[in-house]
Amino acid sequence: MTKIVVAVKYVPDATADRTFSADNTVDRVGVDGLLSELDEYAVEQALQIIEAGEGEVTVLTVGPEQAADAVRKALQMGAHAGVHVQDDAIHGSDAFATSLVLAKAIEKLDYDLVVFGMASTDAGMGVVPTLVAERLGLPAVTFASEITVEGDTVTIRRDGDVATQDIEASGKLVLSVTDQTGEARYPSFKGIMAAKKKDVQQWTLADLDVDAGSVGLDAAWTKVESFEPRPPRTAGEIVTDEGDGGAKLVEFLASKKFV
Amino acid sequence: MTEVLVLIDAPDGKVTKPSLELLTIARRIGEPSAVVFGSADNGVLAEYGAEKIYTLDDAAFTDFLVGPKAEALAQLVADKSPAAVLVGSSTEGKEIAARVALKSESGLITDAVDVQADGGTITTTQSVFAGNFTVAATVTQGSPVIAVKPNSAAPEAAAGAGTVEAVSVDISDAAKTAKITSSKEKAASGRPELTEAAIVVSGGRGTGGDFTEVEAFADSLGAAVGASRAAVDSGWYPHTFQVGQTGKTVSPQLYVANGISGAIQHRAGMQTSKTIIAVNKDDEAPIFELVDFGVVGDLKAVLPQATEEVKKRKG
Repeated sequence: MTKIVVAVKYVPDATADRTFSADNTVDRVGVDGLLSELDEYAVEQALQIIEAGEGEVTVLTVGPEQAADAVRKALQMGAHAGVHVQDDAIHGSDAFATSLVLAKAIEKLDYDLVVFGMASTDAGMGVVPTLVAERLGLPAVTFASEITVEGDTVTIRRDGDVATQDIEASGKLVLSVTDQTGEARYPSFKGIMAAKKKDVQQWTLADLDVDAGSVGLDAAWTKVESFEPRPPRTAGEIVTDEGDGGAKLVEFLASKKFV
Repeated sequence: MTEVLVLIDAPDGKVTKPSLELLTIARRIGEPSAVVFGSADNGVLAEYGAEKIYTLDDAAFTDFLVGPKAEALAQLVADKSPAAVLVGSSTEGKEIAARVALKSESGLITDAVDVQADGGTITTTQSVFAGNFTVAATVTQGSPVIAVKPNSAAPEAAAGAGTVEAVSVDISDAAKTAKITSSKEKAASGRPELTEAAIVVSGGRGTGGDFTEVEAFADSLGAAVGASRAAVDSGWYPHTFQVGQTGKTVSPQLYVANGISGAIQHRAGMQTSKTIIAVNKDDEAPIFELVDFGVVGDLKAVLPQATEEVKKRKG
């Protein structure tokens, strides 16, 4: 019986015009959001692990009211239960505060494994899995491309830049998985109907014994001083290949001193 | 002058270019102290400004994941109270940075593309939302821990004392979990590392699965080869070379996209390149919105001609 917590994030749609709010935080309200694409791989891996054996998947998110959409999507894919931590004081939290809230919520749940996506598609720091592991006093194996669970032992393959590593761990563990772990399933009609009956717990900071003063924008250890849209790239020269496209390309390279 | 800890990456003792960039950036803030796990070419570190070189050695550094390294670096941070801690923004670098920052209760910035110091204030620049925005940020607590992306500065030599100091640290048993049971080095391609390369030539769906022309053109320019997610998902090129949101973010002097349409997922990985060129059969491909120069045509015809032309000019 493997108990898995999958932590997911509700993010602004990457194909929409993402922007910032007046307080320099990511605008999560004015832009349509969804379950971060990279977290779908985490949900998928968790489901595959319990399908190969026995267990339960709980999906956990920290975010505003709309973040319930992310939990629902994971439940539709097949996760058994959901937890949504929502509290106005959390707005503007940095990765440290987010990891604190997640760790407290995970401690309250019964778990063997905690699975994350490799990074969010908005802030994209990719450090929250590591920070949660640090707070829980657990090892983190990040960027897993293959996971096998046998009894108490988890074997993970990491396909890095310079080497392919095999890692073995036993006991509680935090994982983050890449998109190389395999395509995430689409919710089936049956899954969508079943999700409506699944239990989603609503927790606040008080439920987790987290002091409101230790999270949020004012408690952040970093500060966004300013943001600026990247100036649009000025339209370049486009030529149609009429047998001389390669030569013209190199002429351009030469004009910029690349050759 | 205050001390700045710089975590050095030196596979087989050879100091990487991004590590030299970090030493260069560190000098804007204070006196660089190199932190080396295992050993590195100390002469090079001194040449690029390291006043001190802290060497740490423990079997745990290679047998386990980042836990032991993070513990050791955190002990050094507690001991030295540096003005900043600089690490490379690689997978491992960011993981070490995250654990060290939390252990030392210091603010963390990842994926910085620039770091400037003005008096006591360190301001970082990051490129966010697929490169559509730049963000200036500061750390408000502790010793700023900053993970810096490759190509964020040109390495500049400036002799430092390079005083070597062996540091012994205590690694807890808790950090020695998740054992690396095997590690197989990947065959070197002989090309520059993708995220560090000055020129990147990449291929996508338009290659039809054959990267011969893309690789030949890359080699004529001494460039790294990249691939789009479509090409990687089709099994045409290894994931290590994927440029985009779920792969590498590159910011070279020159990026040449071949047979790549330019979906948001790809743009996220290359939009901040200084000069962008695209070759694509489809004149309406969104990649053409980004380019400084574009060729509407078949890469199978355009690239071989370009390769020959480069070779001719280079003599």
